[in-house]
Amino acid sequence: MNLFHRHRGLTPYLLLLPGVLWLSIFFVVPLAFLGYQSLQSGNFDIGYSFTWAWGNYWDALNNYRSEFLRSLEYAAIATALALVISYPVAYWIAFRGGRWKNLLLLFIVAPFFVTYLIRTLAWETILSDNGFVVNTLQSLHVLGPGGRLLATSTAVVAGITYNFLPFMALPLYVSLEQIDGRMLEAAEDLYASKLHAFLRVTLPLSLPGVVAGTLLTFIPAAGDFINAQLLGAPDNHMIGNVIQSKFLELTDYPAAAAMSFILMAGILVAVFVYARAVGTEQLTGTAV
Amino acid sequence: MTDQLTRQQLLKRAAIGGAAITVPGILAACGSSGTKASGGTTSVEQKLASTLHFSNWTLYIDTNNKTHAHPSLDQFQKKTGTHVDYVEDINDNASFFGKIQGQLSRGQSINRDIVVLTDNDRYLGLMLRKGYAEKLDKAAIPNIKNLVEVQQHPNFDPNRDYTLPWQSGMTGIAYNDKLTDPVLSVDDLLENPKLKGKITVLNSMGDAMTIVMLANGDDPTKVTDKAWNAAFSRIKKAADNKQIRQFTGNDYAPALAKGDLAAAMSWSGDIAQLGNDHIHWNVPEAGGALWTDNMLIPKGGNVYTASVYMNYVYDPAVQGLMEAGDPKRNITGIYYIPPVTGAGTFAKKYDPAVASNPLIFPTAKMLDSVKIFDSKALNNQKYLEQWQNLISG
Repeated sequence: MNLFHRHRGLTPYLLLLPGVLWLSIFFVVPLAFLGYQSLQSGNFDIGYSFTWAWGNYWDALNNYRSEFLRSLEYAAIATALALVISYPVAYWIAFRGGRWKNLLLLFIVAPFFVTYLIRTLAWETILSDNGFVVNTLQSLHVLGPGGRLLATSTAVVAGITYNFLPFMALPLYVSLEQIDGRMLEAAEDLYASKLHAFLRVTLPLSLPGVVAGTLLTFIPAAGDFINAQLLGAPDNHMIGNVIQSKFLELTDYPAAAAMSFILMAGILVAVFVYARAVGTEQLTGTAV
Repeated sequence: MTDQLTRQQLLKRAAIGGAAITVPGILAACGSSGTKASGGTTSVEQKLASTLHFSNWTLYIDTNNKTHAHPSLDQFQKKTGTHVDYVEDINDNASFFGKIQGQLSRGQSINRDIVVLTDNDRYLGLMLRKGYAEKLDKAAIPNIKNLVEVQQHPNFDPNRDYTLPWQSGMTGIAYNDKLTDPVLSVDDLLENPKLKGKITVLNSMGDAMTIVMLANGDDPTKVTDKAWNAAFSRIKKAADNKQIRQFTGNDYAPALAKGDLAAAMSWSGDIAQLGNDHIHWNVPEAGGALWTDNMLIPKGGNVYTASVYMNYVYDPAVQGLMEAGDPKRNITGIYYIPPVTGAGTFAKKYDPAVASNPLIFPTAKMLDSVKIFDSKALNNQKYLEQWQNLISG
């Protein structure tokens, strides 16, 4: 008899081991260190020491409330926009894509072969003051003659939406693609209109994709700082910009760590509320 | 086995044991341990290493446009046998310091022999105060006599024991003549309503504050709270009423060329490198800023080899080539301001246009009107926080 047979009960734990190790080394330990650091006081010159400095959290919340709220707001708008843009695209690819499906999916992913920074910089050119987009909007009187898009909240939200679009589109596609066409036929056989069939069959069945997509978009978007830095003005900056400047420019590691925790908590609360609203089975029922 | 552990017990103990062993150790390893001051001069080994590891900013050395080789470095290798591993991995002082400070604080070498940091940012001074830099082997740098006088006694390193200038630059105002009349003063830049939303200010505190303080009639070399507050609220006002579009690093240059910006607070070298006929750079009427990038040897670097290289760079003939490049051989130069006396004479041989360009070899009048920002103010935590909150919040 070999070891595994004698200790059959151990097998699940052995199988869990790599995952647990991975999580503890790359998640739990850094998180513990971050928590430890967030409660330090002092400054870089004299060194930091651990003093249970809960004031770091209080200061962060007090001084940067508008940046925290702005981050959640921009992320929420960008997520909603990404959903509205991606759903018809994913729907069309899943149901009408035919033999072009893979090619069309490739088109969605293709911009991702270019680095994040370059993609965002490209928007600086697209939205440039003398560019096509601004000129068109000006001739349509959407923008005033001196109006611009760069260095406005519109540009930041547009950049975030664009940069995270595939995170929304791909899970949506996966859940839409799995829908059995015969269910839609059945709905029509039962005298459901196209709209009804969509609302009563397709939409509910695609909810796991919607949930996965919104989470995959919202969570990284809330922590983003590149879009706000390159496409926004100072009053469009998000909490990521503040954390970046606290960490790198001011070498104020405790404040940066405390802010990261607050952001994490904010996102967790938002996700929790969302999960309660749509039902947790949609979270676990996700196919990706 | 009679005293067999249950699986739960085993897991529990292993978890507790593991946590007890790893967590404090890792926390300690990550934390910033107290730094030891570097003890007196140690005798330096007088032997050249086979490779010199040199980290510098991008586009900051003579480069052959075709082969991308750096002729001055090849020449150094021919002369000494030491190959220079030249890496352009510094984009801004803060990020680079963030990258190396962890290892340096733990007393580990960062595998670099020379790095270059700017004197109007706080990190150069911080490196020296924290003891993260090796002392130069001045016996190996006789050419230090060629260091221009104005650079000989900076207040962060009064005897040049740890640092030597790589290049300097001036901070002033650039404008695009297709979009605006000449912008020659801070008043115009920050308060002319025609330029609303069409200008940027540098995110470097020392640069921006020097220029605005001079415009206010204050002295940026000895910063007082009163002068600081006046300059700060002036910039803040311009940001609040959206005169200032963004605070930038050198990414203002393409936007200025494209026409998104009409004018920008700007570094002389960026405009010299841009070479665009519509973009003009000038020292503001009330004066501009002077900054210098300094070479230093991070702890654990090879002092002798690095010092020999610095000596080589301070040879005016070498500096002339580095500065001007050589158009005949398709070599681009640095085009910033060299710190080496006599470099101009040699630069003239390679490229007379460079030698007569006031952005590269500034006139005495220009040099008189540029000031170096107070290094104490650079480390004033209150100022730093105010500034960062302005530009990132």
